[in-house]
Order: sequence, then C-alpha cells, then structure tokens
Amino acid sequence: MSQLQNLRLARASVFLLIVFVIVPWAIAAGGRNDLYYTLTSVALLSIASAGVWLTFYIGRINIGQGAYALMGGYVSAILVVQYGVSFWLTLPLAGLFCAAISVLIGLPILRLRGVYFAMVTLVLTEVTRLSALALPITNGAKGMVSIPLPGPIGFGGFDLVPGFATLKTPNMAFYYLSMLLMCLCFAAMYRLVHSRIGRLCQSLQQNEELASSIGVNITLLRIIAYAISSFLGGLSGAIFVGIAQSIYPSSFTVNDSVNFMLNCFLGGLGYVFGPILGTFVLYFGWDLLFQAGPYQLLIFSSLLILFMLVLPNGLLSLNPFARRKA
Amino acid sequence: MSVAAPILAVKGVTRRFGGLIAVNDVSFTVAEKQILSVIGPNGAGKSTLFKLIASFLKPTSGEVLFNGARISGLSPHIAARKGVVRTFQETTVFKAMTVRENIVIAHHLRSRAGLAGFYFGSANARADEAGFGRSADEIIDFLGLSEQRHKLASSLPHGHLRALGIGIGLATDPKLLLLDEPFAGMNHDETAKAVEMVRGVRGRGVTVVLVEHDMPAVMKISDRVVVLNFGQKIAEGTPAEIQRNDKVIEAYLGSEDAAIGL
Repeated sequence: MSQLQNLRLARASVFLLIVFVIVPWAIAAGGRNDLYYTLTSVALLSIASAGVWLTFYIGRINIGQGAYALMGGYVSAILVVQYGVSFWLTLPLAGLFCAAISVLIGLPILRLRGVYFAMVTLVLTEVTRLSALALPITNGAKGMVSIPLPGPIGFGGFDLVPGFATLKTPNMAFYYLSMLLMCLCFAAMYRLVHSRIGRLCQSLQQNEELASSIGVNITLLRIIAYAISSFLGGLSGAIFVGIAQSIYPSSFTVNDSVNFMLNCFLGGLGYVFGPILGTFVLYFGWDLLFQAGPYQLLIFSSLLILFMLVLPNGLLSLNPFARRKA
Repeated sequence: MSVAAPILAVKGVTRRFGGLIAVNDVSFTVAEKQILSVIGPNGAGKSTLFKLIASFLKPTSGEVLFNGARISGLSPHIAARKGVVRTFQETTVFKAMTVRENIVIAHHLRSRAGLAGFYFGSANARADEAGFGRSADEIIDFLGLSEQRHKLASSLPHGHLRALGIGIGLATDPKLLLLDEPFAGMNHDETAKAVEMVRGVRGRGVTVVLVEHDMPAVMKISDRVVVLNFGQKIAEGTPAEIQRNDKVIEAYLGSEDAAIGL
C-alpha cells in the first residue's frame, strides 16, 4: 500500500517538475514563447473537460459545457469592465455564478437520461450564445473588448503577484496560473473519485433505481456533480477572457461543447486524468493536421471514429498501470 | 390477525394508470418478522402494489403506513432510510463492481459521516469504511458468496446474482425487506436454497414481503398470503387457507390450475 502511495507521489512530482520547471526552461531555450499560449489553452480546456468528465461519471452525456464557459467569461468580463472588480475575485465568482445557474437548470433536466439529456445540454450552449447576443449587458454581437489584464495581488504595497500588464511576458504568467489551477482541479477530482463520493457516483452511473433503493439521494448527488462541472466550466471561461482580453457571443460555441466531450472520450471515461491527456492530444493533433489543408477536418474526424472503434476505453486504457475507476 | 402490532399497514390503496385501475382498494397488514407473500395471476397488479409499498410509485388514493407513520408518497431513498428497502426483479446489481464492492456501497445508509466527511476522509468516514467491510464480509458469508467475493457482478450466474440482490438489500439494515420475485427463473435446487436464504433473512429479525409466481415456494415459505386478481384483493390467509379458497382456485383455473400446488 505504501509502495503504491510512493509510486503515486513520485509520478505526481515528475509531472509537476515537467510542467513547472522543464517546460518553461525548454520554451526559454528554444525561444518558442507562442507555446505558452498553446499549453495554457490545453490546461484551461482540460479544466472545463474535467467538469464534463464528472457528469459522465454519474452517467450523463454533457454537451453543454460551452454554455458555462461562455457564462463564466461574461461574468468575469462584466464584473471587471463595468464594476471594476479585481480579475482574481471574478474567477471564483464566475465559477459560483455558473454553479448556481446549473442548479436551476439541472433540477429539471437531470431527470433526463441518455440522449435526451445530451440533446438538452447541446441546446443549452446555443441558447446561451443567443442570450449573449440579445441581452443589453453583454453588448450583443460587438462583444466586450479591451478588457484590462489582471491586476496585482498583494497587501499594503507589497505585490504577491505582480499586475500582468507590468510583465514582459504575460503569456508566461497565464501559463503558470492555468497550470496551477489545472493541478489543483485534478488533485481535487482525484480525491473526489477515490473517496466514497466517487463510489456513490459510480452507483448512480450503473443503476439509479438501485442506488435510490439503498438510500442514495440521487437528486442531490446529480445536482452536486453538475454544479461542480459547471463551476469548472465557468472558471476556465473566465481565465480565457482574461487572456484574450475580449469576449464575444461566439467565443464558446457548440463546437467547443462537443470538443470538451471528445477530450473526455479520447482520454478515457474511466480515468480521472483522462481529460488532460485527451485535451492535449486533441489540441495538438488538430494543429498538426493543419498541414493537410482542406482535408484537415476529414482526416481528423476519420481518425477519431477509428480511435473510438479501436480504443473505446480511451488512450489511458493503453497504460497497464493506470487505475480504471468505472 | 396476529397479536403483535403491524409493522406495515396497507390501507385502501388504489393506483390508476389513466383509465386502468392497476390496484383497487387493497388493504392488509404485516406483523413484525412475518413473511407475507403477494400472489396473483399475470397482470393482477402485484408489481404495482410492490412499487407502491416501496415508495417507487405514489398511490392515487389510500396510504401505506410503516410503524404507524405514512411512507407512501416519499422518495425511495427516504423510505429506505426509514427501513423499507426493496430488491429488484431480474438482476439489478451494480454490474461493474465486485460482489464485495456492491455490498459495501449498499451500507451507505448506515454511514455516520456526511459528504464532506467522505471527501476529506474524516475519522467517522474511515470508521464507517472499516465497519462496512466487516459487515459486508459477514453478509457475503451468510449468502454463501464467499468464493465470488472479488468477482465482478457482471460475471456471476443467475442464482448468485439473485443472492447478491438480497445481500444489497440486507446491507441497508432494513426492518422490512421487499423481495420482487426472488425465485423467478430458478430450478428446483436453486429455489430450495433461496427459500432457506429468505428464511435466514427473517431469522435476522427482518420482516419480509415478497411478490412471487412460484406457488410451491410461496406455500412453503409464507406465514400469510395475499391474493390479488384484477387489482383487487380476493383472499388473505395462511397458505393452507389459500389452497382451499374457492375464489383463488377460480382465479387460477383454466390457465394455471396446477400452479397453486393442488
């Protein structure tokens, strides 16, 4: 048991070392500062995908994460621009706003199963986009632009984190921020899945009627899982807006919602860390296929179909050491 | 009627589905530690009545009382908390878990820790886990599933799955266990074993209500039998009384006249 724990600790340390030391060093050595942006995107997309993964874990196909990313982005943008709230404070607020909305939406729709739930969530993304177009507070199709970069965090004149506008490479700062949040998010998810809550989620996934007959409050558990999922979606959307310094109704679309789901499939629905790997491979895979020009989408989708036929349990099922949790 | 106060009282329960009256004004009581069977021809409303007692359906009118308090209309998980737990027809178990995992998770109702406690691994949560493991092992031995302990539920044969279903019910520490056709699809030997198992369940102090087709088994195991036909209760009594009852014989005549073991 303790040997297993040591192994896990060693793996986690190696991962942290790569993410926070080796990658920044390699980027500096190679002078490829643009990679910061790419890897930041992967980190943020995998946070949103982690949420989708959790809804899969309770047996729901969620194609609506784009809606919450968009909502989170707008909440952050509006608070920063119109109310002068610190960017840092808007991160939890965006997440909590999305969690609250998802409770209201989830109460009626989480009763649905399978393809019905999937369809409603798909529509949700589109409804959110249309609302962003229509509502006065979001500035319609013109979107919100020139959103200031995150300010400093500090007490009494001493800056713990400097204002991002004063940095030479805000990209690098966003990289560290996103990777830190990604690590925290997946550590929290790992704990969740390996605690009894994870078992209860599995019981929900495998048979809801039986779960309720053994006294599991399935409504509450579904709502909690969906709220956590939406929190992560909102959080990642809010940081994206901080990086892009702008947001439009089309910043997150149905396409993004589908990609969040594909990230989970690709990594493996049975593995907590599946969304990280899935997002990484999908993001870089798409970029690599850029050279195929007009055939990019064709090759990409053919590969995905092939992949789902050959490896239905995801990329992580190739790793004999990975612990499957579903 | 027996001397002990009834643990379960079904009072004038009716359930309609549109124009169809599936269960029509049915009343009966069950005394503590009794085994009561509900029988009837196909379509008599047995399964509906079963779901009404387990709070999986709400009665159109009438009520179900458990220890004097109304349980009809509650959510299933609340009824389970009060001690009324059902098993399922066929093979409803958590298929991707092992036998032991199935029974451990079914202890959920007994946990003293809350969701936050589970998450952070509080002392209560850890004590729960250890206790559930011990109790699960005891239930597994009781059901004779020791050799299957670490097998995936999806790999078990029919009879073992049925036993596991009962084990899941037992793990919740029920006062009243509702068994949905526990002997269906079993051969003679399997049925004999299952009958012993249900007697054992009662021996643990659990009251048992079962819905069943297998008449010889019902006659062997039951303290009392309730007979439904077309949604109405047509007879109630001991197995011997039921076997002599003219209405019951009539209800089964033509289709299954040998089925009640005459």
